[in-house]
Amino acid sequence: MSDNRLFELRHLTVRFGNDLAVDSLDLHVDRGETVAVVGESGSGKSVSVLGALGLLPTGTEIEGERRFDGRDLGEFSSRQWNALRGGRVGFIFQEPMTSLNPLHTVGKQLGETLRLHQGLRGQAARRRISELLRQVRLPRVDELMAAWPHQLSGGQRQRVMIAMAIANDPKLLIADEPTTALDVTVQQEVLALLDDLRDRYGMGLLLISHDLNLVRRHADRVVVMRHGECVEAGPTTDVFETPQNAYTRQLIDSVPAGRPLPVAEHATTLLSADSVSVTFSRPKPFLRPRPPAFVAVEPLSLQLREGETLGVVGESGSGKSTLAAALIRLLPASGEIHFNGQRLDSLSGNALRRQRRGFQIVFQDPYGSLSPRMPVADIISEGLRFHHPELDESNVAERIIEALEDVDLPPDCGHRYPHEFSGGQRQRIAIARALILKPRLLVLDEPTSALDRTVQKQLIELLRDVQAKHGLSYLFISHDLAVVRAMAHRILVLKEGKVVEQGQCEALLEAPRSDYTRALIEASSLT
Amino acid sequence: MTSSHRWRLSPITQRRLQVFRGNRRALWSLGIFGLLFIFSLGAELIANDKPIVMQYDGHWYAPLLMDYPETEFGGFLPTTADYRDPFVYDQITDNGWMLWPPVPFSYQTLDRDVRGPVPSPPGSRHWLGTDDQGRDVFARVLYGFRLSVAFALALTIGSIFLGVVIGGVQGYFGGKIDLIGQRLIEIWSGLPMLFLLIILASLVEPNIWWLLGIMLLFSWLGLVDIVRAEFLRARNLEYVRAARALGLPSRLIMRRHVLPNAMVATLTFIPFLFTGAITTLTALDFLGFGLPPGSPSLGELVAQGKNNLQAPWLGITAFVTLSLMLSLLVFIGEGLRDAFDPRHILTASQVKRPVAPEPRIPPDSPRQENLP
Repeated sequence: MSDNRLFELRHLTVRFGNDLAVDSLDLHVDRGETVAVVGESGSGKSVSVLGALGLLPTGTEIEGERRFDGRDLGEFSSRQWNALRGGRVGFIFQEPMTSLNPLHTVGKQLGETLRLHQGLRGQAARRRISELLRQVRLPRVDELMAAWPHQLSGGQRQRVMIAMAIANDPKLLIADEPTTALDVTVQQEVLALLDDLRDRYGMGLLLISHDLNLVRRHADRVVVMRHGECVEAGPTTDVFETPQNAYTRQLIDSVPAGRPLPVAEHATTLLSADSVSVTFSRPKPFLRPRPPAFVAVEPLSLQLREGETLGVVGESGSGKSTLAAALIRLLPASGEIHFNGQRLDSLSGNALRRQRRGFQIVFQDPYGSLSPRMPVADIISEGLRFHHPELDESNVAERIIEALEDVDLPPDCGHRYPHEFSGGQRQRIAIARALILKPRLLVLDEPTSALDRTVQKQLIELLRDVQAKHGLSYLFISHDLAVVRAMAHRILVLKEGKVVEQGQCEALLEAPRSDYTRALIEASSLT
Repeated sequence: MTSSHRWRLSPITQRRLQVFRGNRRALWSLGIFGLLFIFSLGAELIANDKPIVMQYDGHWYAPLLMDYPETEFGGFLPTTADYRDPFVYDQITDNGWMLWPPVPFSYQTLDRDVRGPVPSPPGSRHWLGTDDQGRDVFARVLYGFRLSVAFALALTIGSIFLGVVIGGVQGYFGGKIDLIGQRLIEIWSGLPMLFLLIILASLVEPNIWWLLGIMLLFSWLGLVDIVRAEFLRARNLEYVRAARALGLPSRLIMRRHVLPNAMVATLTFIPFLFTGAITTLTALDFLGFGLPPGSPSLGELVAQGKNNLQAPWLGITAFVTLSLMLSLLVFIGEGLRDAFDPRHILTASQVKRPVAPEPRIPPDSPRQENLP
């Protein structure tokens, strides 16, 4: 093959004991090229690359030919491995929060890599560090060198990670889900930076991602993986425009589509909030005046009609979850809240608990929101048993089955525990738990963000069906406008606790009035 | 609740059991301690100054269960028969037979026939010798062990109840309740327990219930911090928030969703409570402020050993008993702590067989099944 070939895997197989994690994978990266490995969680995309570079725990069996820059990796000694990793191959991991050591300053951590691989010390090292930080376009470089990781934002930390990865002029840069933990608006900047660095230094870039939008824009070639096998590989445009494999087609098609059913003409208002705001008081420092309270949500008003979905969008920290929690009285808030003609904000204790069955919430994390120690039937029926103690066992069992059928789960799975279900199924259980109380309003707090695209799409379809069947109103919170467009009638855009704009979904997406909304739309690749 | 599958062990419990079973020292300690405790529960059958069953004049008697007057066996006094009295003994053996426990002395039996001065050294009559009042040391150790463990058990259960309730309320509600509660507990824990016990011992006749009650006033303090921290953490878990959104009342949420989390920390703390209770009881008895005189107590044995250095079997017996009991408990505690430590790595010997993956229910949608 050509001299241009940088990294090559042939028939790579990775085994954990008896489990086959990667089955005979072929992959190659040329200089100056971006290759993307895509697949859903558990498809073996990270494992294959980490395994090939010897970064998996001992006891993992790795077979197949691995070549880097013309040399066989299978014959490397441990010293050569160390020179390779961090030297000629740079890594960027998913979690910028945990991949920096919190006990060392940014400068020190960067200096360490330089000292180990290039023997740079003192002034020379300082010069190189500031140069690197400037290359990843970080502001106020001198201040930043003395900063601790916790003082940086997620995007800044990821940039520091990138600076570390390119510190030793690697030939190959491996980015394992580099933007998944970042805000949508920051994602684009980080990827643009990676593209730029690749072009400038002629590196090979191996991008591991589940996000097809991102891959489509940034990769030259794509390898699609499923269950540890390569399903399809080829140039990005070919794979996306004429996918050969049904699974690839399904992945590409799984961008949420469709629109919600229109709301009835004379639907009554179900929920109305009048200048609701949430503030958190800050602790008073000793002998100094108390600092002003932190305003998480500035006073805002909203209305939600029967059968209508209001999408609340914004990046993390914009106060959208706080707003939702405040509206259903899980957080103290000021302002007036009316639900179904009754004033909610003045209720407390038992009166409030009785009202709660009318409005339910589904949380983002399908792993955290179900008690791991209870079987599914108990989880689902818990609220029902409390609110309707008059129901006997057979009635409760009937309602459980009804709720499970509503969310397309087999009715006999009630005795299983949550850990036996996949993320998407758990989210269905969480929805069933809410639906069994026959609520009129469902608050969905990023219900699809932790799920794979294909599962996400199914869940959105399910939610629309449930809405049509029961005439529910949704308050739908998300940072992903592609999902919101498929769900919401109206949209409210939040930034730092303030309403940036609001309006009918279509109209707002077509003609956004603020740059912030435009950035969100751009990030969601709604074209 | 409805589920008929309650009995199924969750995988996390299975893993804990596996880790505990893999720790051979803890497993053996638990076995030995359990045996000893069961053994000591039958103390009346092993060491007693009454026969277990007897026959006299063709009638059956069970002196262990019932008191018979001496006149029944040809004696003169209408008091409870003393079967060790030579006259009664001869009367019964002449007209029937008696089945004695292996050690024919109870913890408070004064052996008047002992040869030589008391404390008398170990021998065939007294396996571990006698103390300075001529009482059999083996019998006293046996009853003393039982009393210590029972006392510790009662104290531990009581402390867990108080500690979990108080810590749980503070942690779950937080805010002012937590703040005020913590300050009150700080004041309360400033009270010197030992002095309070000694003062109270001079006011009332201390019996085991008094001691239990007074020690219970203080022993829950250590548990509160742990339980409170667990509740503080757990109240913000998403499934707890989901339960609040369901409209469940606080007591239900605490019992069903938060408590199981806090129980892990509590269970790990139990062995420490247990050993602490035994040590405190022994210390009080040693000082003479504990159980009423005559009770079978390990602390009193330690005191006797100190006062009778010429009789080393007293001190040695007390030392061996106490160190054995406390070491076993510490080993069990270690095993428990490891079993509940999520970061504890299973060693190869602990993983006997790879656990087969749980059968999964069909994938998310039938659509995926059509795919290659």
